Amino acid sequence: MQLLPLRGPVENLSNVQSLRCKECGRDYPQEPIYVCDFCFGPLEVAYDYDEIAKNLSRESIQDGPLTIWRYDQLLPASRENAVNIGAGMTPLLKADNLGKELGLNNLWIKNDAANPTHSFKDRVVSVAATKAVEFDFDTIACASTGNLAGATAAHGAKAGMNTMVFIPSDLERGKVLGAAIFGSVVLVNGNYDDVNRLCSELGDDRRWAFVNINMRPYYSEGSKSIGYELAEQLGWRAPEHVIVPVASGSLFTKVYKGLNEFAKLGIIENADTKMHIAQAAGCSPVAAAFIGEQAHPKPVIPDTIAKSLAIGSPADGYYTVGIANSSGGSGTAVPEDEIAEGMKLLAQTEGIFTETAGGVVISTLRRLAREGVIGPDEETVALITGTGLKTLEAIEDIVETRTIDPTVRSFDEIVMESATK
Amino acid sequence: MPIRRVTFTFKTELIQRPVIYELGIKFEIVTNIRRAEVNQNDGWVVLELEGSSEEIERGLTWVIEQGVEVSSLEGDILTG
Repeated sequence: MQLLPLRGPVENLSNVQSLRCKECGRDYPQEPIYVCDFCFGPLEVAYDYDEIAKNLSRESIQDGPLTIWRYDQLLPASRENAVNIGAGMTPLLKADNLGKELGLNNLWIKNDAANPTHSFKDRVVSVAATKAVEFDFDTIACASTGNLAGATAAHGAKAGMNTMVFIPSDLERGKVLGAAIFGSVVLVNGNYDDVNRLCSELGDDRRWAFVNINMRPYYSEGSKSIGYELAEQLGWRAPEHVIVPVASGSLFTKVYKGLNEFAKLGIIENADTKMHIAQAAGCSPVAAAFIGEQAHPKPVIPDTIAKSLAIGSPADGYYTVGIANSSGGSGTAVPEDEIAEGMKLLAQTEGIFTETAGGVVISTLRRLAREGVIGPDEETVALITGTGLKTLEAIEDIVETRTIDPTVRSFDEIVMESATK
Repeated sequence: MPIRRVTFTFKTELIQRPVIYELGIKFEIVTNIRRAEVNQNDGWVVLELEGSSEEIERGLTWVIEQGVEVSSLEGDILTG
């Protein structure tokens, strides 16, 4: 394959101060690193908010492209270099039908299944791929059981980079092919732990941009764009509640960070959003820590149909629990048999076909409404992070179809009669 | 010499046992604690292990057999 020439490394961005350790506060230069040499704490992008405030306004944002790159001043990569296949600015839909079912009068669905590869991962990978180009990497890589694979493969193709997407060899064919169409998928014989270990070792000794290892501080910032979009689409205000599906916890912490950055910069008045953790019972280390009043989630072995949330050892679990507590949020572990129900409920009330993670979110929302954690008139957003078309096996037992002979009589007998019962 | 960065999570029954000390005695592994939190109920320790790859693998297998949860510092890389 003929690769496009890579753009060279760029000057440090004026909006970014450093990478900063979330634990000890030590600063590091903007490099492809992700952990503090001293305390092994995670590194996070630190911004120069005074500098950003000089140029950022509601109007400057509205003048930008209809993608995550309209918020480029709050992202750690340059809009000019953006590896852009159109991630972001997904619909925020008023969910009156679902709200009526749940007794919620002010409910919104943020439908991130509308991203180019049908999940929110396009946001994070767009930033990671752009940063990889800026760092002059020629290879971008990830390990995934689904959404991240497609997003990385697609952005790698757009960037003209070598792409290494590692997938367990026993993954459903549809997911493998959905990523393989973009090129460079590697199937690994082995279980979940085997793939994790292999990729950890490869991440250590290859000069690759591994999106959720050495690119992680940059990659994860892409999720903030959901927080920005929520505020902008609601008419420049933060919602009272957000329900977030939690895997590593990165999405949860960054949505919160996005809302709070907007408040800090005066783009919105305040960000008093209550952040709610949604996990499946078969893999719920973060919700369990919240419920058990423990700061640190204990690792678990995932056993859930919500494959995109199957992170047994969540890197940002500690920070997620902290935010859920400090914001006045909650933690829910949805029973496995309620996940498909949640998918069906959303599909049949709002016409949105979500993946299993979305089923977890909707079932969590239903529980929070029932328990009065969310009041009837409180502005609430449920995050739908991916499409159900990638996880069709999850709904095989709950959808109903009717088969008729090609006659009007058969139609009347089977379809019309059941409709009148 | 290879280095691995890991998190050990301890259950209540292991809090009083010097597992990390024993790891350094039983195996040719240098342990270097960077961050930790331990209370009467449970605890976690972030540490660096230095030794040959085989010795680190053997040592981690032993630690897991003692009932300690071991996870890589990065958390799970394989993502949905």
